[in-house]
Amino acid sequence: MTVRFTLNGVPVSIESSGSRRLLDVLREDLGKTGTKEGCGEGECGACSVLIDGEVVDSCLVAVGQVEGRNVLTVEGLAAPNGELSRLQQAFIEHGAAQCGICTPGMLLAAHVLLQRATQPTGDQVREALAGNLCRCTGYTKIIEAVLSCTT
Amino acid sequence: MHDVTYLRPTDLKDAVRLYRSTPECRPLAGGTDLMVMLHAGTFRPAPRAVLDVWSIPELKGVRRTQGMLEIGAAESYTGMIRSRDAHEHAPALVAAARTIGAAQIQNRGTLGGNLANASPAGDTLPVLLAYDAVVVTDRRAIPIDQFFTGYRRTALQPDELIVAVRIPLGRHVAFRKVGTRAAQAISKVVMAVSRSPARVAIGSVAEVPLRAARAEAALARNDAAGAVGAVADDIRPINDVRSTAAYRRAVTQNVLRELLHAPPRP
Ligand SMILES: Cc1cc2nc3c(=O)[nH]c(=O)nc-3n(C[C@H](O)[C@H](O)[C@H](O)COP(=O)(O)OP(=O)(O)OC[C@H]3O[C@@H](n4cnc5c(N)ncnc54)[C@H](O)[C@@H]3O)c2cc1C
Ligand code: FES
Ligand code: FES
Repeated sequence: MTVRFTLNGVPVSIESSGSRRLLDVLREDLGKTGTKEGCGEGECGACSVLIDGEVVDSCLVAVGQVEGRNVLTVEGLAAPNGELSRLQQAFIEHGAAQCGICTPGMLLAAHVLLQRATQPTGDQVREALAGNLCRCTGYTKIIEAVLSCTT
Repeated sequence: MHDVTYLRPTDLKDAVRLYRSTPECRPLAGGTDLMVMLHAGTFRPAPRAVLDVWSIPELKGVRRTQGMLEIGAAESYTGMIRSRDAHEHAPALVAAARTIGAAQIQNRGTLGGNLANASPAGDTLPVLLAYDAVVVTDRRAIPIDQFFTGYRRTALQPDELIVAVRIPLGRHVAFRKVGTRAAQAISKVVMAVSRSPARVAIGSVAEVPLRAARAEAALARNDAAGAVGAVADDIRPINDVRSTAAYRRAVTQNVLRELLHAPPRP
């Protein structure tokens, strides 16, 4: 079937079985390999993307389900000229990424939080990132990076 | 799973027609249970088609109707958490929704999925039991206490679609979930209790989410301590990777004591 949706602000149209995972279509058909696969079971959040502004695990979404919707992947966080967002820059400055597998999902989950709450508390950051597991950093630096972006 | 046909009905009528006419078809709502099993090939029998009910307008939303609170089968937990009506009329359901997974799961998981999946650990299921909820399908209304028929088995016919869940107004239900951590944890014990009428509903302590008959009888006599004592005989816990049966019994009694504000054990 043909599935049409908006990916990082650009309309896309793909031919695919509608039951394939959005994760696989993003990575294999659309070259958006920033979206990672960790567990494939909804536990780790490495595959997080935004659909219409809500964070979801793309390993749990059938691509047919994004027809007509707005999908944002980590590739869409930076400006079109490649300039990193404030949040991305903060991750670099705080050493919030090591192997980087969890980072795209962390960035997207934190991005949603920062759009809704300009002054989130540490607890709010922890809650917003509860669905994103990191095996490397121990979370402290990730939380500090997010908190540094409060206005 | 590439050969699983994806069907996208436009409305409820279309969905019912497609579901009845497509062999080996499963509804797909948020996918938080089904997509994992489809991908791993562990859903039995393996579906040949999925019917996407996520966007069906009649299955969305939270509203008041006929003296009940009605929640669309494909409404997300996030939708319930954000609903003023749900906060006002079914706060225990909102409390349960908040404990399910983390944001990613709350944004996709639905009541229809939790009900049809019928896990004994499904967190909304004791809440729905304590509220005497009604499961509205494409053909009938099923009282929740008749819905769970065995381990992961329900009263649903093979081509029966859950449309909504209705909750009577004016009930006071208390909710408590005991897991290993705040987010993404499967329940060790999950409980919902109403004083009047007396309802004690518990998950993760038997092969189905159950109503504790002996505890309810004691509670109906206003004997909270008796209910706490009796509940140990109502449940059928097992030893598994998450807990032992003895632990589950002790925790069940402690949680009920707490929810009833019963005096501690002498
Ligand atoms: C990381 C993670 C954490 C989780 N944490 C919890 C938790 O804390 N507590 C908890 O209870 N659950 C939890 N779950 C399980 C799951 O999120 C819930 O059971 C959820 O409610 C399922 O809803 P869904 O819409 O995603 O269902 P789907 O996966 O879309 O469907 C599940 C089943 O229901 C059927 N179905 C769906 N809609 C209908 C309908 N309208 N009519 C008939 N059949 C239907 C499907 O065919 C399928 O068999 C978790 C899952 C994951 C991956
Ligand atoms: S890969 Fe999707 S949640 Fe882990
Ligand atoms: S940086 Fe390696 S998993 Fe988070």
